[in-house]
Amino acid sequence: MTVLANAMWGSRAYRWWMAALYAAVAAGVLLWLRQWNQGLVLTGMSRDVAWGLYVGQFTFFVGVAASAVTVVLPYYLHAWKDFVRVVILGEMLAIASVVAALLFVFVDLGRPDRLLNVLLHPSPSSLMFWDLLALTGYLALNVILARAALAGPPAAWNRALILVSIPWAVSIHTITAFLYAGLAGRPFWLTAAMAPRFLASAFAVGPALLILLCRAFRYDAGDEALRKLRLVMTYAMTANVFLALMEVFTAFYSGIPGEAAHYSPWTWLSGGFMAAALALALGRSRYAPAAVFASLAIDKGVVLIPAGFIPSPEGAVTPYIPTAVELGIVLAIWCAGALLVTVLFRVAESYNRRSCPHHPS
Amino acid sequence: MKITRQAFLALLAAAARAFSKPRRMAMAIDLSKCWKDRGCTRCAQACHAAHNVPRIPDRRREIKWIWEERFENAFGQESAGPAVAGAPVPVLCNHCEHPACVQVCPTGATFKRESDGLVMMDEHRCIGCRYCMAACPYGARSFNWSDPRSFLRTLDPAYPTREKGVVEKCTFCNERLARGQQPACVEVCPFKAMVFGDAADPSSAIAQLLRTRHAFRRKPELGAGPNVFYIL
Ligand code: SF4
Repeated sequence: MTVLANAMWGSRAYRWWMAALYAAVAAGVLLWLRQWNQGLVLTGMSRDVAWGLYVGQFTFFVGVAASAVTVVLPYYLHAWKDFVRVVILGEMLAIASVVAALLFVFVDLGRPDRLLNVLLHPSPSSLMFWDLLALTGYLALNVILARAALAGPPAAWNRALILVSIPWAVSIHTITAFLYAGLAGRPFWLTAAMAPRFLASAFAVGPALLILLCRAFRYDAGDEALRKLRLVMTYAMTANVFLALMEVFTAFYSGIPGEAAHYSPWTWLSGGFMAAALALALGRSRYAPAAVFASLAIDKGVVLIPAGFIPSPEGAVTPYIPTAVELGIVLAIWCAGALLVTVLFRVAESYNRRSCPHHPS
Repeated sequence: MKITRQAFLALLAAAARAFSKPRRMAMAIDLSKCWKDRGCTRCAQACHAAHNVPRIPDRRREIKWIWEERFENAFGQESAGPAVAGAPVPVLCNHCEHPACVQVCPTGATFKRESDGLVMMDEHRCIGCRYCMAACPYGARSFNWSDPRSFLRTLDPAYPTREKGVVEKCTFCNERLARGQQPACVEVCPFKAMVFGDAADPSSAIAQLLRTRHAFRRKPELGAGPNVFYIL
């Protein structure tokens, strides 16, 4: 744990950054206490739009968590040695993202004090039950793997866990897609392309975020690793945009009224962002990782969930406008995730310095 | 006397048949009777008064167990010819045969009662995740976005109130059925437009009605098996 303790200290800028994150998290806790006290009436959700930003952000962060597989799989299964320094970052990012995803579920509940009912009264027909199991299992796996990776070269049991973690990562996002894709009454989500598209967008977002974090933390991942991350991001983003277009085709060519009705200016705007981000990635722009990350954070984290509820099954169009309280809580959970990422990345960095004394950094 | 395994099982089956034949409670709403007064909302008023359903001024956060939808919104745009377009249709929880809300509930807080098919709600177990609201294809469920008690003008002490953070919906008046009464909406309707009873019992009024009249249901293509029927 001394590694962890060292990670908490650093330069002046670092201390300010941490202080700001702590302050944002504290503000979020206060806002959440208000929400707990007065109810979810403080959010922009309604009878018709029963899920909003919280569930959207949950979905997005499950994707970021699953994306660790984009570095774990090439490194361990295909021996891409270039990823030697990013693979630990991928695992750290997965830990922070699962925590953020679980926090988003928590703040969305009307009665969070009863959360344990999910385990006390297990309901195998509910995908939410399976999703919570998969997520907590994935969190445990990654904590074990990251700790083992810091301790030294992988032991045999450790390798077995790594092999388990790969399909497990795919499963968490598939189950999360199944939360929505099996609901007969919600045509916007009722599509077999939901899980594949979730995975494609996740595998674009993860590498994009890793590139951004390496830049932000001045973490030397190696040029070849960065180049390969970019490649994975570009292919995955292409697959994601392709699948999105498939959805558009079916919705509009079939002419079924309930299908096309869910495409609003917001969905088109978000689709436009994704297309622009893909164009930047294909053009090898320096801004591509930021654009890919932002466009997918919007598409999955903001647009996808409310769009499924508007119009309602009875055709009512109830707009969803998040409130300041809701935005504050979302921001606080992002900051909690950033806090975790900062600490965990420092741990990874100090570990790298110790283990590679000749590394030019 | 030695009882063979087969005889024992046969005995068991006979006992099960004798003691509990599961009932299937259902409702039929005769729209031509309902439309004798298109402005009438007595069913909703009676229901909401009997169950302490608050009247919340913010329409987006309202709670409703039975309410009115335009014909085309209840049954789909192309199901409504000019004769019925815009006409009010009372809608409520359908106590489906295959309820999506029950399937998705992560705690079993909403469940289908074996004995009579009622889809029930345990507000003390509900964690307020609103997955059932996303799953119900009929918009039958309401969430308590804030404390409902502050919006109650009158309080019926015979029926519990709810608290913030949980979901609720029509119960087919299970508390009244237990006392041998009809649901509140059925009882109050001045035109006797609603018929309620055990559809599994061939001699019941509802079973006879469903045998003799053409009845239709909301969104039959989804396979939910609604137990609220409409007659026109
Ligand atoms: S109408 Fe909706 S709430 Fe009622 S049983 Fe069917 S799915 Fe559940």
